[in-house]
Amino acid sequence: MGSTLIDGLFVFMLAAFIGFEVIKRISPLLHTPLMSITNALDAIAVVGAIVLVGKHESRLSFILGILAVIAATSNIVGGFLITDRMLRMFKTSRPTKP
Amino acid sequence: MTELAGNTQHIIELIYLVASALFILALKWMNTPATARRGILAGEIGMVLAIGGTLLQHGIVDYKWIAIALVIGSGIGVPLGLVQMTAVPQRTALSHAFGAFCVTLVGTAEFYLGTPSIPGFKMSVLCVEVILGGLTVTGSLMAAGKLQEVLPQRPITYKGQNFVNLALLASTAVIAVYLVHNPGATHLYPVMVGIALVVGVMLVIPIGGADMPTVISLLNSYAGLSAAAMGFVLNNKLLIVAGALDGSSGFILSVIMSKAMNRSFTNVVFGAFGQVAASAAGAQEARPVKSASPEEAAGILAAASKVVIVPGYGMAVAQAQHKVRELYDALTKRGIDVRFAIHPVAGRMPGHMNVLLAEADVPYDRLMEMDDINGDFPQTDVSLIIGANDVTNPAAKTDQSSPIYGMPVLDVEKSHTVMVIKRSMNPGFAGIDNPLYYMDQTLMLFGDAKVFVGNIVKELSSTHS
Repeated sequence: MGSTLIDGLFVFMLAAFIGFEVIKRISPLLHTPLMSITNALDAIAVVGAIVLVGKHESRLSFILGILAVIAATSNIVGGFLITDRMLRMFKTSRPTKP
Repeated sequence: MTELAGNTQHIIELIYLVASALFILALKWMNTPATARRGILAGEIGMVLAIGGTLLQHGIVDYKWIAIALVIGSGIGVPLGLVQMTAVPQRTALSHAFGAFCVTLVGTAEFYLGTPSIPGFKMSVLCVEVILGGLTVTGSLMAAGKLQEVLPQRPITYKGQNFVNLALLASTAVIAVYLVHNPGATHLYPVMVGIALVVGVMLVIPIGGADMPTVISLLNSYAGLSAAAMGFVLNNKLLIVAGALDGSSGFILSVIMSKAMNRSFTNVVFGAFGQVAASAAGAQEARPVKSASPEEAAGILAAASKVVIVPGYGMAVAQAQHKVRELYDALTKRGIDVRFAIHPVAGRMPGHMNVLLAEADVPYDRLMEMDDINGDFPQTDVSLIIGANDVTNPAAKTDQSSPIYGMPVLDVEKSHTVMVIKRSMNPGFAGIDNPLYYMDQTLMLFGDAKVFVGNIVKELSSTHS
């Protein structure tokens, strides 16, 4: 139990530092798409919900799991979709200068 | 059988490892527009791998309902991904709520499956998960409601607000400690979640529109941290990584936003934003302002050689971004140098203005950050302010009694001429008067942003071109 906790904390600490370093470099231009893509990635919580539904250990966990899968999936699909739509709009000046 | 299950478990862990790497790459590639779409692809591949890997998990028997839920979720997700760009802030708030909802539900299910014998460590992270998740659900729904204008946008404050909020939070913490020692106390669990839900509402009640960028970022961070806590509960490292990335992203954005509003770091962490200074609402003597017509404005713009456009939330409300692009085109065609000055908290969420202008096909290399353009205002002939107020208020630099004193602002008053498109002389949302409007070089252009800019464009194209 103890080592699981420490392992988890190590992973969290390293991921948080990587997050800080990577995200610090992101141009303010893209802060809105950044937020929508992290939202989509965060919806990886769906894996926990899938296991609840799939194992069907109790009626309550099954129902909560289904709702959780729906909520997370809508974030995954909607998040990636809107991020892609936003990023397609970012264009640089046309190469032909007047 | 157990050996087989063990092998499968290893394979799943390896898939999660690859997915974690892809998630980090996704964010890394988000740093410039040139590679950002590759980042989406990496994120999508990681997501599909992780979900596919999870389906291999030993003990999953009910694939039918997983499929049904995935289909329904996708059905809800598609329209949420196709909303108008002007609705992006409320959509983002709503998706924070959905993400936290998922996390809270899973935590609740884990609690009732495990009670009364949940190890202390697992129970404590579970409490963190559902408290953070719960308050993010209602907080985000409140924020989305305010942004969609189904809830009153006016900040609601009362005496002892911070005390009440802290007391509520403290009571969830007390219940959490009790539950860690007595995980069989199933009657207390709903009380704890219920209070967390109330806290979310209370935290966002005092928030006005101008503070929305900070709040949305902070809720983003909470959603991430609750997902990371869920990773600890389920001992799932992929979730810990994704939650930590999301948490740090939201955190960095909150810090950037709070700096741009001159709010202290603790101010952000404790969510004590939105203290509306009861500023001199009565002290509004009628001072003279100069106003101009679209024809006059067009004439001044046509005579300029350097123009800076400062967009704000008013541009989003009026949906004026496409007309602004037409103005940009008309001026650029005449050889005028047009750039956009984007204040970090312009609009209702980080990067809001950039997305709207990109939607209208304004090239992103014309969008300048505050620090990069502030030095150029003295050489600017015309600054055209469209629906922005506080971010251009020179009182933030000079008037110590101003509620926004110390907030970094765009130095528009240094340009030769300032033109402000505004509906009327009513002070902005925060009720702070803007001395810029009474300055000698300032011309007020009264009217709806979209209509007024449209008229300027018409005028520019009818006079020689």
